[in-house]
Amino acid sequence: MKFKQTLLLAALTLAANGVAIADKPVVDAKLKAQVDKIIALSFLPGENQDLSRLKQDETLQTCNQYRDNVPEKMAAAIMEREAKAIKYPADGKLMGDWKTGEKYYKMGFAYRIGTVEPDKADKDRGGNCYACHSADPKEVAFGTIGPGLTGYGKLRGSGDDIVKYTYEKIYNAQAYNACSQMPRLGHNGILTPEKIAHITAFLVSPDSPVNK
Amino acid sequence: MRYTIPALAVLLALPGLGHTQEMVNAEAYREALQDKFANPGTMVSDRGEILFKTKRGPKNASLEKCDFGLGAGKLEGAYAQLPRYFKDSKKVEDLESRLVTCMTKLQGFSEADVLKKVFGNQKENESNTDIEAIAMYVASLSDGVAINPPLKHAKEKEALKIGEALFFNRHGPMDFSCATCHAQDEKRIRLQELGNYAGNAKNTQDTMKTWPTYRVSHGMVRTLQSRMWDCNWQMRLPDLAYGSPGSVALISFLSHNAKGVALDLPGMKR
Ligand code: HEC
Ligand code: HEC
Repeated sequence: MKFKQTLLLAALTLAANGVAIADKPVVDAKLKAQVDKIIALSFLPGENQDLSRLKQDETLQTCNQYRDNVPEKMAAAIMEREAKAIKYPADGKLMGDWKTGEKYYKMGFAYRIGTVEPDKADKDRGGNCYACHSADPKEVAFGTIGPGLTGYGKLRGSGDDIVKYTYEKIYNAQAYNACSQMPRLGHNGILTPEKIAHITAFLVSPDSPVNK
Repeated sequence: MRYTIPALAVLLALPGLGHTQEMVNAEAYREALQDKFANPGTMVSDRGEILFKTKRGPKNASLEKCDFGLGAGKLEGAYAQLPRYFKDSKKVEDLESRLVTCMTKLQGFSEADVLKKVFGNQKENESNTDIEAIAMYVASLSDGVAINPPLKHAKEKEALKIGEALFFNRHGPMDFSCATCHAQDEKRIRLQELGNYAGNAKNTQDTMKTWPTYRVSHGMVRTLQSRMWDCNWQMRLPDLAYGSPGSVALISFLSHNAKGVALDLPGMKR
């Protein structure tokens, strides 16, 4: 029931996004050129820096052009492209071990660069999910940028469709919601498919504290 | 020395508490932060004043002839009207990029020298750098003055427009823009409350009126350039260059969104 409501809400949000938009980009070609030029002048090159991170792929370019409110057709194209690029664990199991998942749900992104405290390139990275979402009801230090996920599996069950949706959503949030504010954690290489499968179990498994 | 101030001792103890307690105490904490006599930013400002008036650099000159927009040496209220376009540098400059211009042009420092070390590192137990102290001093002379950056020159309008676009521009491995965290009311990241600087004037004013600010968790004064660098660092981007046109554009956008509120300096924050 709640799941249906969420789906309905998601559909409504998408519809609202689709309707409210004129087809004209907010950032026109001239402004984009100006912004690109300013960005090229404003970040430091050199040791522990990485200017390639400023490049935007086609999806982000479209999102930026429309300030995340892309017209319906473009939204569909983005979701299709992002969904196609999803990779799965080698063993095909989308549901890993919830205890390991809990660890990676908590752990921060790492991946910092620059002159101050850059992270080692091979530093173990987590999804930093609590930054934006609740989960285990005992954890009170959660952010609110994303929807609360406490009771996620209890509300939706742990069927194959839910597992697949959850895995894919974490791998690439934009496969389901073009220009979602959630980082594309698998797609951008922050989390491996295996880590995502563990996190999926943490959200979905009936044994996980998320669902107690 | 600053640790002998009792109010501050309480403040310094707070960040160590558990998260729940931290939230419960947030009100008391905020109130304590209002006590300006306990604000070590004042001491940093005093050091900045001495540095400002001392003859330094290859040209053995003080900064007293630096024009912050209201005329050479006119400091009262000048910070409140930044960023603005400057004819001599042909750029829109915020307080800190203006300081770089004056330190190179008037005092003869090389730009590389000025930029070598702009922020003190609290983790290395350093204190504020000279340029941080000077910025705190110049800004403090706008305490009580309403934020009111000019929007006449074409370059000022351009900086504002680019700043807005940059604020919403997503890039980096997290797909973040400033707007991911700062475009909705009453959001939190973990327990950090986030301001809405895109659509909430009150939020933006409350934030902007207290920069530069004494950051209790750092034990030193922080400036807007440092905050812009910090948020870009959090976004997993390369270092945002001090005084770069991108940083100035972002500060223009934030300052215009905060227009009308009286500065309350030095600020004090978590
Ligand atoms: C920077 C913020 C942010 C981070 C970090 C983040 N998310 Fe999200 N997440 C969001 C937002 C915003 C939404 C809602 C929009 C959407 O569905 O695309 C969302 C949606 C979701 C949904 C869909 C919820 C539903 O009702 O269907 C799931 C599941 C989810 N996130 C899981 C995660 C997990 C697991 C992680 C970490 C591995 C994570 N998120 C990290 C912001 C974030
Ligand atoms: C991933 C989240 C995130 C992103 C993206 C982000 N910020 Fe922040 N921002 C924060 C956090 C967390 C704080 C610190 C709040 C605190 O310490 O109380 C903060 C603080 C600030 C402050 C000072 C707030 C105050 O009360 O004084 C400003 C101004 C600011 N950010 C602007 C920006 C700008 C401009 C960008 C983009 C270049 C940006 N932020 C991107 C999370 C973010």
